[in-house]
Amino acid sequence: MNNKLKNSLLKYKSLIGFLILCMVISVITPRFLTIPNIKNVFTQVSVNAVIAIGMSFVILTGGIDLSVGSILAVSGAVAASIIKSTGNIYLAIIVALAIGSMVGLINGVLISKGKIQAFIVTLATMTIFRGVTYVYTNGTPISGLGESFSVIGNKTVLGLPIPVVFTIIVFGLAYYILSQTRYGRYLYALGGNEDSARLSGINTNKIKTLVYVICGAAAALSGIIVTSRIGSASPNAGVGFELDAISAVVLGGTSLSGGEGSVVGTIIGALIIGVLNNGLNLVNVSPFYQAIIKGLVILLAVIVEKKNK
Amino acid sequence: MINTKPLLQMKNVTKIFPGVKALEDVSLEAYSGEVLALLGENGAGKSTLMNILSGVYYKDSGSIIIEGSEVDIRGIKDAEKHGIAIIHQELSLLPNLSIWKNIFLGNEGFNGITRRINKKDLIEKSKKLLEDIGFNIDVDTLVKDLNVGEKQLIEIAKALSKKSKIIIMDEPTTALTDVETNNLFKVITKLKSQNMSIVYISHRMDEIFQICDRITVLRDGKYIGEVKTKDITKDDLISMMVGRKLEEQYPYRKSPEGQSILKVENLSFSKKVCNISFEAKSGEILGFSGLMGSGRTEMAKTIFGEYKKSSGKIFVDGSEVNICSPKDSIEKGICYLSEDRKKEGLILGMSVANNMTLANLKKYENGAKRINKTEESKTVKEYIKKLSIKTPNSEQLIKHLSGGNQQKVILAKWIMLAPKVLIIDEPTRGIDVGAKKEIYEVLNELKAMGKAIIMISSDMSEILGICDRILVMHEGEISGELSREEASQELIMKYAVGIKD
Repeated sequence: MNNKLKNSLLKYKSLIGFLILCMVISVITPRFLTIPNIKNVFTQVSVNAVIAIGMSFVILTGGIDLSVGSILAVSGAVAASIIKSTGNIYLAIIVALAIGSMVGLINGVLISKGKIQAFIVTLATMTIFRGVTYVYTNGTPISGLGESFSVIGNKTVLGLPIPVVFTIIVFGLAYYILSQTRYGRYLYALGGNEDSARLSGINTNKIKTLVYVICGAAAALSGIIVTSRIGSASPNAGVGFELDAISAVVLGGTSLSGGEGSVVGTIIGALIIGVLNNGLNLVNVSPFYQAIIKGLVILLAVIVEKKNK
Repeated sequence: MINTKPLLQMKNVTKIFPGVKALEDVSLEAYSGEVLALLGENGAGKSTLMNILSGVYYKDSGSIIIEGSEVDIRGIKDAEKHGIAIIHQELSLLPNLSIWKNIFLGNEGFNGITRRINKKDLIEKSKKLLEDIGFNIDVDTLVKDLNVGEKQLIEIAKALSKKSKIIIMDEPTTALTDVETNNLFKVITKLKSQNMSIVYISHRMDEIFQICDRITVLRDGKYIGEVKTKDITKDDLISMMVGRKLEEQYPYRKSPEGQSILKVENLSFSKKVCNISFEAKSGEILGFSGLMGSGRTEMAKTIFGEYKKSSGKIFVDGSEVNICSPKDSIEKGICYLSEDRKKEGLILGMSVANNMTLANLKKYENGAKRINKTEESKTVKEYIKKLSIKTPNSEQLIKHLSGGNQQKVILAKWIMLAPKVLIIDEPTRGIDVGAKKEIYEVLNELKAMGKAIIMISSDMSEILGICDRILVMHEGEISGELSREEASQELIMKYAVGIKD
């Protein structure tokens, strides 16, 4: 194979993998390539995609955030209770985003200033804020949130489901920040070599803290979407979502050691997971096998990535 | 010499790394029962050649012939099979394992059925191997409890355990004391008498004349020549190695001396930097000499704000500045080029352009917080030309550049900021001769522009060759000051070891 072709194949391997997956599924079942199903897939993917975009920021710096599922739950629950007591949707959204950012700030400060490993810090906050959610909700879902709030999760704008619109906006912003701004450049530098970055006059602690704030805010946004879609805030919401988000980032070709990758890859990664879930459901694969297949796909992606290093 | 046929021949070996020809048509012959010195400056290709021989790299062309037949060495295991062992500068022993476990690591051998290793046998063999090289020690001792010299002997025993015929030693005495060095030489002599072939990499002239039979000289990746030690003088050897006279290598030019730009008063950092006071003037290169660990780098990093000073004051252009981080320092016009290019200078996964503008990105930012990439790449191209950086284009990943070109990119990063004071720490370490000279020229130019340059260097001839004034440090303090005219190796050394007059 000539080199140029090989290079472009490698560059787009996530995308190629995604397209092959789509082709295989559409051959197996005609129900895959239908407008309602595609809309459904995209809406489902949004929840993970928004978290995964936030997660990309963290992973690009060489960190990890395990607390996103708990952030999603706690901000969803608070948003729900505000809607129930005041009926003010905007207030609910703002407070939820603020909570997500705050938890992110706690993570970020402990990791950057406290110099504790990201895995440990976010493992702890994951547990703490899951507990906080149980305490806050008394262990029962908060439901009966009214018609106007359910619009966010269930209606469309210009034919696009609103969660998908949110995802596109978040993606656009993230892409701009990472590829066009000073902050983005610093973030890659920090992920590539923290000492070099600091000795180049970059305030690395600030950058590091900010990525967790961004990740927290993204998880909270996702919490709002989930709560609106289901019409209730469950204290169990978002359990295990951190793993889906990390999977999406990894499938998108971002290195867990930081410094390399892009949010474009992350979106494709999220789509791969979403389409795989949907396809396996459509052809009635048992959930037990689904887990096995998903794990194998992730392994395969990482092996392909490694081989071409 | 008894043997007339070489044990090892390397013929016309060429190795190209992206962006740099590390070896070009290099040949080498080693006989059993002799010590061959492989001599050359940093970046001459010694390590690359030995890495090819020991299977770390694979050659692009050329051949390796052992005992008359050509061999193909594609990995460390292949090299071992052909009796080649390498003892690296950084020893590769496992500190938490005992001596005998280290010696037989990976070669324990085991019972075919029970998969058990024969501990008793291995301990006995280890004892025997160490006795053979005259080292008596309990082989159950953990390696971390040994000193560097002893660890080296363990490495040699390990090589012997693999029935090696050719042992490569890469600057083995760098970290050794005189006693340990002598001990090592005794072992080398013993190995020689057992008909082993030793390839000895070093640039310490005295050692080479003491221990080696023949010398192969490399320069800039090329084979320069091969001589018998007894047939050559040190001076001739140096000119083979350097290829040019000292004056040509260090292009010194005087600039009109200006005012003091940086003033440091009683600066201290923990116990490593004690009460340092000095001034750096515009239009001069101020050299900092001293032994390893004399606190020069720590002093620089304290000024730069990477380390928090415990006391002292820093003045720039006459007014006191408060520096708490590298960011502060850069804003005040003091930049620092680290001695460790890979760990503290480069972002290896980034392009030449992104590395170069990293400290100066704010300049290219527009209202929408967007980096003006056209403007950025224009400046980068300018500097690539100005410093004659060899790279296919500005988007090339920096890890594919040679050391000298990487260093020039970092230098460009700081020059772009137009600093008042530039502190450079070991600026030419591991860089080829040509690039070295180009870097000196850049420093001269900066000096002429009225910058104050502070150069920390362990390379004595570099300090003598390029600096206007020299400060010598000893155990965290300044132990002496010398003008360019009065400075000599002997005087610097005297101050460096702490002899006061």
